[in-house]
Amino acid sequence: MKTKKMNSNQMLMTLLKGRTFIVLILLVIFFSVVKDNFLDPSTMTMIAKHVALYGILALGMTFVIITGGIDLSVGSVVGLIGMLAGGLIQEGLTLKFAGVTLYFSVPVIVILMLLFGALIGLVNGLIITKLNVAPFIATLGTMYVCRGLANLRSGGATFPDIAGYEGLGNVGFKTLGSNIASIPAGVYVFAVLAVLAVILLKKMPFGWHVLGVGGNEKSARLSGIKADKIKILVYIISGLCAAWVGMINTAQLSAAHPASGDGWEMNAIAATVLGGTSMAGGSGTILGTVVGAFVIGVINDGMTMCGVSEFWQKVIRGLVIILAVVIDQTQRNLQAKMALQARNENK
Amino acid sequence: MFDKPDVVLHCEKIDKIYPGTKALDGVSFDLLKGKVNVLIGENGAGKSTLMKMIAGIEQPSSGKMYMGGEEVYFKDTTAAREKGIGIIHQELSLFPNLTVYQNIYMNHEQKKGLFLDDKVHVAGAEKILKRLEHEIPTDTLVGDLRVGQQQMVEIARNLIQDDLKVLIMDEPTSSLSAAEVKVLFKIMRELMADGISIVYISHRLEEIMEIGDHVTVLRDGKYVADADVKDIELSWIVENMVGKNTQYHRFERTIDLKKAEKILEIKGLTLPKKGGGYLLDNVNMHLKKGEVLGIYGLLGAGRSELFECLMGMHPEHTGEVIYKGEKLQIKSISDQIKNGFAIVPEDRQRQGLIQTLDICKNTSIASMKKYVKGLFLDTKAEEKAVDAQIQDIHIKVADKKLPILSLSGGNQQKVVIGKGILTDPTILLLDEPSRGIDIGAKTEVFEIIHDYAERGLSIIVISSELKEIMAIADRIYILSNGKCTGELNDDEITEDALVRASYAGLGTGAHS
Repeated sequence: MKTKKMNSNQMLMTLLKGRTFIVLILLVIFFSVVKDNFLDPSTMTMIAKHVALYGILALGMTFVIITGGIDLSVGSVVGLIGMLAGGLIQEGLTLKFAGVTLYFSVPVIVILMLLFGALIGLVNGLIITKLNVAPFIATLGTMYVCRGLANLRSGGATFPDIAGYEGLGNVGFKTLGSNIASIPAGVYVFAVLAVLAVILLKKMPFGWHVLGVGGNEKSARLSGIKADKIKILVYIISGLCAAWVGMINTAQLSAAHPASGDGWEMNAIAATVLGGTSMAGGSGTILGTVVGAFVIGVINDGMTMCGVSEFWQKVIRGLVIILAVVIDQTQRNLQAKMALQARNENK
Repeated sequence: MFDKPDVVLHCEKIDKIYPGTKALDGVSFDLLKGKVNVLIGENGAGKSTLMKMIAGIEQPSSGKMYMGGEEVYFKDTTAAREKGIGIIHQELSLFPNLTVYQNIYMNHEQKKGLFLDDKVHVAGAEKILKRLEHEIPTDTLVGDLRVGQQQMVEIARNLIQDDLKVLIMDEPTSSLSAAEVKVLFKIMRELMADGISIVYISHRLEEIMEIGDHVTVLRDGKYVADADVKDIELSWIVENMVGKNTQYHRFERTIDLKKAEKILEIKGLTLPKKGGGYLLDNVNMHLKKGEVLGIYGLLGAGRSELFECLMGMHPEHTGEVIYKGEKLQIKSISDQIKNGFAIVPEDRQRQGLIQTLDICKNTSIASMKKYVKGLFLDTKAEEKAVDAQIQDIHIKVADKKLPILSLSGGNQQKVVIGKGILTDPTILLLDEPSRGIDIGAKTEVFEIIHDYAERGLSIIVISSELKEIMAIADRIYILSNGKCTGELNDDEITEDALVRASYAGLGTGAHS
C-alpha cells in the first residue's frame, strides 16, 4: 500500500517536472487539430520569430528572477533600443559643435546598442544595490524613463527607413529580421544566447553565485560572495538581452516604432515563471525558460490564428500563468513531502 | 610585538560600538595555538561579536589584531579566509536550494579551464563527508536534509580549506545528536593534532569541561577572566559569568500566596519542533492568583514558545491547560484575549507597538471593542480609559496624541504593558519586559508588576537577567532545552541554582 503510494507520488512528480513540455505538446496537438495549416512551415516560422523575441527577454529575466529580483524595464528598453538603432541608420549622429553627421556601419551600431542595453542594466543594478530601492520600483521607474526617451527620440514618430544607404555604408541591419536558410535570424540569436546562458548558469562559478544569492543572500555574503556585484551583473545581462530584442524586432518590422515592446516584460516574466523559475528566487533553469517561451508563443499565435479575440486572449493568458504557479506550488509541496518520507525511511 | 609562539592570533583592546550600545569594550584575547579556546558568557556578553571581528564579518570600531607578530586587518570574510580563518556560524548559513557539494564548494569553486569541475567537487565533498562519518549523497538538496546533517555540511565547508589555521565554532552542537557530537569532538581532536586552533562557543557547560583547553569569560562586552580548564570547576565559570554587580531589592508581598487558589495549571504541554525534537517537552507548571511567576532559561529554551502556546499561536501543541478549574481548548489569539490572557511580547518594536499610530491608539488598540457605541468608536470613553491607564502606570507623556516613537524606550514599554492591562486580563504574560530600557525605567516596570500582582492580577514573567528575575518573582520555573528542569521557591532562589538548572536539559544527547 505504502510503496504503491510512493510510486504514484514519484510518477506525479515526473509529470509535474515535465509539465511545461507536456503542455507545449498538448497545445501544438490542439491547435494543429483545430487549425489545418498550424503545422505549415510558414506558421512555424512566424511562431519561431515571436518566440525568439519573448525567449531572449526571458533568458535575461531568468537570471534576474533567480536572484530574487525582477526587471520591468525590458519592454521599454526594446522600444528605446529600436528607436536609437533606427535613428542612427536613418539620421546618423549629428555632432552640432563639429557640424558633421556620422553614420556607423551595422556591426558598430549593434555593438553600440548592446553597450547601451548593458548601461541601462547597470543603472538598474546600481539603483537597486547602492540606493537600496526595491527591484520592482527601480525597474518600474526605468521602464517609464526608457519609454519616454523612446518617444522623445523622434517626437513620437516612427523611423520608417532602416534599410540604410549603400553610399553611407550602413546597409544590412534588416538581416537581423530576415530568414537565413528559411529560419529567422532571431532564432539563431536566441539559440546562441540560450546556450551561453546555460553555460553561464550551469558551468561557471557565476551561476552558483547567482543561485546562492537568490537562495540565501546572507549566507552568500558570509561566504565572501560579492552579492551586489552579482545583482548588478544579472541586470546587465537582462539589459543586453533587451538590446538584442530591440534590434531584432526593429529589423523584423523594417521600421522603428517608439511603442514597440510595450508590455513585453510581462511575456518574459510569464515565460520564465512557466518554465519553473521561482519568483522567490534561488531556483530556475534556462531549458525551462526556453520551453516556457514556446508555450507563450504558441498560445498567443495559436489563439490569434483561431480567431480568438484579443480580449479573450488576455483572459486566457492570465489564467494560464496563475495555473502554472499553482502547479509549481503543488510540486514544491510534494517534493518537500517526499524528502520528508525519504528521510524518515533512512532513519 | 605580540609575537608569542603559542599564540596564533592576538586581539588588543577591541571595541565594537553599535548605535546605542557598546557590544565590546576593550577586549583583549589570546587565541592559543593547537588548543580549544572556549568563550563563555551570558546572552549578549559579546562572544559572537568578538568572533565576527576575527572572521572578518564585522570590523572593530577600535583596537588591533595581530597574527605571527604582524598586525592584520580583515575588511571582509575573504580577507580572513586568506589568513586561514574559518567560521561555523551559530545560525546555519547554507543554501537550501543547492546541493551538498555546491554548498561545500560555494565560493571555493574548482575549475577546469573556464568551467566548473563537478567531478572534483563531488569527489572532494564525498571525501570530507566520509571523514565526518556522514556519507550523505552529495547531490541531495541541503534543504531536504535533517538539521544535524546540515550542521555537518556547514562544518564540511570549512574543512575543504587547505591552509586552515583557525576554526571558529559558534555553538556547533546546538542541533547535533549525542553520536554526532562524539564525531565532532573526534574531528576537533584531529584538527588540533594538525596544528589547527579552535575557538569554541557553547552553552553546554559539561561539553566545555570535556573538550576545552582554555576558557575565557566575557560579561557585558568586557573581558572578565580566563583560565585553563584543568584548573577550574563549573562553579568558577558560573560565578564569573554572572558577576556580583547590580542588586535589585526584593519585593515584599502582602498576599499570602500559600492560601491563594490555583488559577492556571499546565500539564504535559508539548510542542514539536520542525525537523525533529521538541520546542517544549512535557512541561508541567501552575500559577496562583496574584502570583508573580518567573520563567528563566537560556535563549532557545522554549520560554517564548510557552507564551505562544498559551496565547493560541500554536494550536498544534498537545497537553492540558486548566484555567479556573476548567480544561481550556486553546484555539486562537482572539479567543485567548477574550478568555482573559494578555501578552507583552519580547520584541517591543516589531510585535508590541504600531509605530505609525499615536500613544493613545497604541494603548487602546487591543481593547478597542470596549469603546464601540453602535457602529462608531466612542472617542471620549476611549480617551478616558487611556488617560486613567497612563496615570495608573506613570507613563511620562506630555500629550497622548504624540507619536509613540517620541517616548523613551522605558515609556514605550509601559505603553505596551498598559495596552495589555486595558484588556482587563486575568493573566498577564510578560516576555522580557525589561529588555533594552534603562535601569530607572526597569525599576518602574518592576513596580508596576508588583503593584498589579498585589491587586490580584496573576503574572508570568520571562527574563534572562538573573538579578531581575530573582528580585521580581515569587516563584521561578527554569526551562532548559524545552524541558522544565527546576522549580524554585523563596529561599531556594539562588544564582547558582538557577544557572545550573538552566543548563540541566542540555545533556549532550539532544535526543534524550
